[in-house]
Amino acid sequence: MSAVSARGLVKRFDDVVVLNGVDIEVAQGEVVAIIGPSGSGKSTLLRCMAGLELLDGGALRIAGVEAAPRAPLARALKGRVGFVFQSFNLFPHRTALQNVAEGLIVVRGQPRAAAEAKARALLEKVGLGARVDAWPGELSGGQQQRCAIARALAMDPEVILFDEPTSALDPELVGEVLSVIRELAAEKRTMLIVTHQMDFARDVADRTIFMDSGVIVEQAPSRELFGAPKEERTRRFLGKVAAP
Amino acid sequence: MDATLDLLSQSAPLLLKGAGYTIALSLIGMSLGLVLGFGLALMRLSRSALLRWPAGVYVSAIRGTPLLVQLFLIYYGLPQFGVELPPLAAAGIGFSLNIAAYACEILRSAIANVDRGQWEAATVLGMSRGQALRRVILPQAARTAVAPLSNSFISLVKDTSLAATIQVPELFRQTQLITARTFEIFTMYLAAAALYWIVSTLLAAGQGVLERRAAEGRR
Repeated sequence: MSAVSARGLVKRFDDVVVLNGVDIEVAQGEVVAIIGPSGSGKSTLLRCMAGLELLDGGALRIAGVEAAPRAPLARALKGRVGFVFQSFNLFPHRTALQNVAEGLIVVRGQPRAAAEAKARALLEKVGLGARVDAWPGELSGGQQQRCAIARALAMDPEVILFDEPTSALDPELVGEVLSVIRELAAEKRTMLIVTHQMDFARDVADRTIFMDSGVIVEQAPSRELFGAPKEERTRRFLGKVAAP
Repeated sequence: MDATLDLLSQSAPLLLKGAGYTIALSLIGMSLGLVLGFGLALMRLSRSALLRWPAGVYVSAIRGTPLLVQLFLIYYGLPQFGVELPPLAAAGIGFSLNIAAYACEILRSAIANVDRGQWEAATVLGMSRGQALRRVILPQAARTAVAPLSNSFISLVKDTSLAATIQVPELFRQTQLITARTFEIFTMYLAAAALYWIVSTLLAAGQGVLERRAAEGRR
């Protein structure tokens, strides 16, 4: 059974149609990159899948939960769909360890000791074993984003959604975050990644989707899409982002 | 000089008793006002217009009318409808209702100013609105709210002098009674002012402690 299955997703903001009938299937363990110009609807698609936006139309099943139009989805998912934000959104009043343990304690009702043990192991995994007691404000952007990834992983998500995870980072900090995501891909985690890092998409994603004006224009195995795009719009976009 | 000291030491018990009322009224007004104000703030932030609207009208009515008029309505006005409140109760209710409107606006804006990404981060972890509010939003809003709430509290301490007009034997009322007897008007009001200043200053020091505690963990 696929991890994500969406048919005809529609999302409007007032009169602006942001998603105009998007169909998408993601298999278990598949890594999918979503690229496209800004305003193409790729972030909105991800946000609808996590229940951060209410759908106006279409059918969506993700992590075994059916989402109906206009019905809140996030509460039903209980963290089974992880979401990594462009701006990290760590809780500033909690330490790195507390950030990662928070969902386990509040949403899953785990005892603090067990939750913190798991959080410690995850921070170790993303290379923050020495900073477990640091406040978010004391961490670099790259460290904050790795902590945010650990926070999503704590909930044992069936799908992890990344919304431009490196766009807010200084260039020298991008690599450390990408290598964590690369490692998760190697573990066969199901992931959708909205990104502007074309090289990364080509290397890591099994499949790449190109979106424009609220629709999927083209999708193909990543090497194919980047190597020999079929659609004129895709070619134009890739030509622009590749230009020096 | 000796005469003045004599006067002050004779008046001290009455002044201190008055100051006791002043502190009590301030504490009652602030604590009940804060609870009520928090409820009003949640109403103002609600998705339902049925909740938002009455809270908005309440805040506008309270903030747009003098506290003195509100106290008179409660103490002198309500008996017309058979509700006779003792002075202290009338003042306590009046101050609580008044502070609630200001606390509501302070808390509402503090909650609304917490970054939307914080709500979203809590949402994708699967938290309910209530859980997100308690665990994520309020601790951050509290930090912004402490300073303006303390300002309101210090204003309230001084505004409790208005309770003198509805027969509450607080500091200002005691001072009036003493001056009526002794005619030492300047000395006695200066002594009262000093007491108000001491109480306000102690409260301001408490504000500093609270602000430091709310800021803990963030740099």
